[in-house]
Amino acid sequence: MPRIPVTKTCKLYINGAFLRSESGRSLAIVNADGQVIAQIAHASRKDLRDAAEHAVAGQVKWAAATAYNRGQVMYRIAEIMESRSSELVEAIRTIEGSSAIAAKREVESSIDRVVCFAGWTDKILQVLGNQNPVAGPYYNFTVPEPTGVVVVIAPDAPSLLALVTLVCAPVCAGNAVIAIASDRNPLPAVALGEILATSDVPAGVINILTGQRAELIAHVSTHREINAISAAVRDPGEAKALQLGVAENLKRVRLISEPKPDWTDDDQFAGPWSIEPFLEMKTIWHPCGA
Amino acid sequence: MSTAPPAQSSRASGHSDGQPWIYAPAPETVPVHIRPEYDLFIGGAFVPSKGGKRFATLNPSTEEPLSHIVEATASDVDRAVAAARKAFKSWSATKPTERAKYLFRIARRIQDKARELAVLETMDGGKPIKESRDVDVPLAAQHFFYHAGWCDKLKYAAPHLPDGDAPRPLGVCGQIIPWNFPLLMAAWKLAPALACGNTCVLKPAETTSLTALALAEILLEVDLPSGVVNIVTGGPNVGRALVEHGDVNKIAFTGSTEVGKKIAAACAGTAKRLTLELGGKSPNIIFGDAAIDQAIEGIVNGIWFNQGHVCCAGSRLLVEESVLGEVIEKLRHRMRMLRVGDPLDKNTDVGAINSAAQLATINRYIDLGVHEGARRETIESAPLPAKGYWCRPTFFTDVQPSHTIAREEIFGPVLAVMSFRTPEEALQRANNTPYGLSAGVWTDKGSKVFDIARRLRAGVVWCNTFNKFDAASPFGGYRESGFGREGGRHGLLAYLQH
Repeated sequence: MPRIPVTKTCKLYINGAFLRSESGRSLAIVNADGQVIAQIAHASRKDLRDAAEHAVAGQVKWAAATAYNRGQVMYRIAEIMESRSSELVEAIRTIEGSSAIAAKREVESSIDRVVCFAGWTDKILQVLGNQNPVAGPYYNFTVPEPTGVVVVIAPDAPSLLALVTLVCAPVCAGNAVIAIASDRNPLPAVALGEILATSDVPAGVINILTGQRAELIAHVSTHREINAISAAVRDPGEAKALQLGVAENLKRVRLISEPKPDWTDDDQFAGPWSIEPFLEMKTIWHPCGA
Repeated sequence: MSTAPPAQSSRASGHSDGQPWIYAPAPETVPVHIRPEYDLFIGGAFVPSKGGKRFATLNPSTEEPLSHIVEATASDVDRAVAAARKAFKSWSATKPTERAKYLFRIARRIQDKARELAVLETMDGGKPIKESRDVDVPLAAQHFFYHAGWCDKLKYAAPHLPDGDAPRPLGVCGQIIPWNFPLLMAAWKLAPALACGNTCVLKPAETTSLTALALAEILLEVDLPSGVVNIVTGGPNVGRALVEHGDVNKIAFTGSTEVGKKIAAACAGTAKRLTLELGGKSPNIIFGDAAIDQAIEGIVNGIWFNQGHVCCAGSRLLVEESVLGEVIEKLRHRMRMLRVGDPLDKNTDVGAINSAAQLATINRYIDLGVHEGARRETIESAPLPAKGYWCRPTFFTDVQPSHTIAREEIFGPVLAVMSFRTPEEALQRANNTPYGLSAGVWTDKGSKVFDIARRLRAGVVWCNTFNKFDAASPFGGYRESGFGREGGRHGLLAYLQH
């Protein structure tokens, strides 16, 4: 008699803990052949609110850490991803049915992307900040600061590379993130949560929700504790709905609207302009010898 | 709490009875040419509106009409956008070193006509002549001069912009500006947009259009190519037509948070780029170890500069409990020395409120402050002119953070004074607002200055100073105070593809 495999219960990752949805709901995930291959937690609006509460607390500590320290923690994420790369390859392939070679390449790109952002933590301020030569006896400088709590709305593909790209850009600069995983293939997001839990990332800094995308994003733009949104939108209607929602509270929005961008393009997705939408420029004046 | 008379600077000195010296009138007398009527400035010429009615623009210190300007129609806005679109092709292709020369020329002409522009600004808006002369007009010139030099250096302005060797402008910019710094706001908006190769349709505020129209005359004098800048006057409907226009690539708005949100909604789902510089309720924090006399000057400048018609006004004063009595006493004395009255008098500190509507708003907030239980202090004795819109400088003590006057932007010379015990409490109170435009911190302890400055959630933090502005210094807010920066290297990004 063949051995009965032990299947994993896929949970939400909130405040460094693995939780079922408070709603008690779960969703069946089917593969390309229509077979149910996992049950995932089906996050509710209340789960989003809980995640936001923890993200607010986590962000304060994360932003207060030194940039050098944040860089090392992010590099640690890459180390653990590397050691679990076969699991990530399987998570991508199980549902998408992609080739082992393509999935392996995506995992490698994802790990390299995390390393890239780990290096940005202590450089973005130097690249985007400067002293200003004002016409008076003042020392005046402009420095970028993290916007706060950022909700990431990940695209369906590439399920891992796009997710880590959108998560790491705000996180490297001191923001906290709540990531809403693809509802077509949430398995890489679940695996990423398990990697984060063993990577020294402080609780609440990165939170991952699975469930139905449309249900969750309906509440993102109006939530007052969420300061920014980074979304790969499916269509212009989704983009407009998000922009209309944030018009009421003026939270920051970065939308990726191209249907199939090249997520491996470092210039587009790993440069300073992928981080800048989640930064606020603060200008500080102080008299100098006056 | 000290009972000795506070230290007095020569500027603040007065008679021993606590009243200011009586000064002889010292009116600014430079003549200023105001046309009886102004048309719209479209395609490089003053042109009549198509169907728009005229309305009077008043001197708020006399309530007398200064001139009659046009309420532009949607078809006028259409013409202005079309002129800007037509000009965009050649302006964006103009050699950057040549584009720069026009901006340098504009800066120089503003300097040439500085006195006249200052008088016009004061007559049209009500602000004291010493402010329009020493702040508004010089800064407007500096904005054009500063940005002129960027024209041929844009490729060095930021790392890895698209088309890095020749960063691209956005196109036609619709720019809507407020009535508190009319000429200066026009310069803040136009100079960076033009330097980056954009063309503009500017809408001044309906009560203060005259210096923008005087700027149009300067644009003619310097031979700025037709259509590069177009100016449409009028009220909210003109702004709406500009925001909703299908051929505008970028909207830049300075004004209230309420209107900013409407503009954000109108731009949703369009390809328009947007920057918003909105309201504030900025905290000004005085620690016990501050140089108190300097801090008092900072408080005065923070809330009574420009009658408090300042989006970044330090309208919430947070004072460490140990020095609260001393600060209030010195502030009371200093407030009594303020001269309210004829804005054209060179000794005037506080001029006229910009409009009857704004005066009504301010008075409503003052009444609310009293009604909700705060204690009002003002200069009861100061005589005010018989005509015009006036509001005496005012501060409130016994203010709770929940009071309306501690939460909402008043946009007038009204200060809410509160106290705190620890730096943590000061920060918690300072950041407890949906706004985040500016903040002030006063302490002589260096490490504390930088710790508090780092933790204040605001786009501009003034340490041991307040309300300082410069063309090279980025300005703009966090949260509901808007997004995008104006001025400095960072301000260029609002007008370039990136």
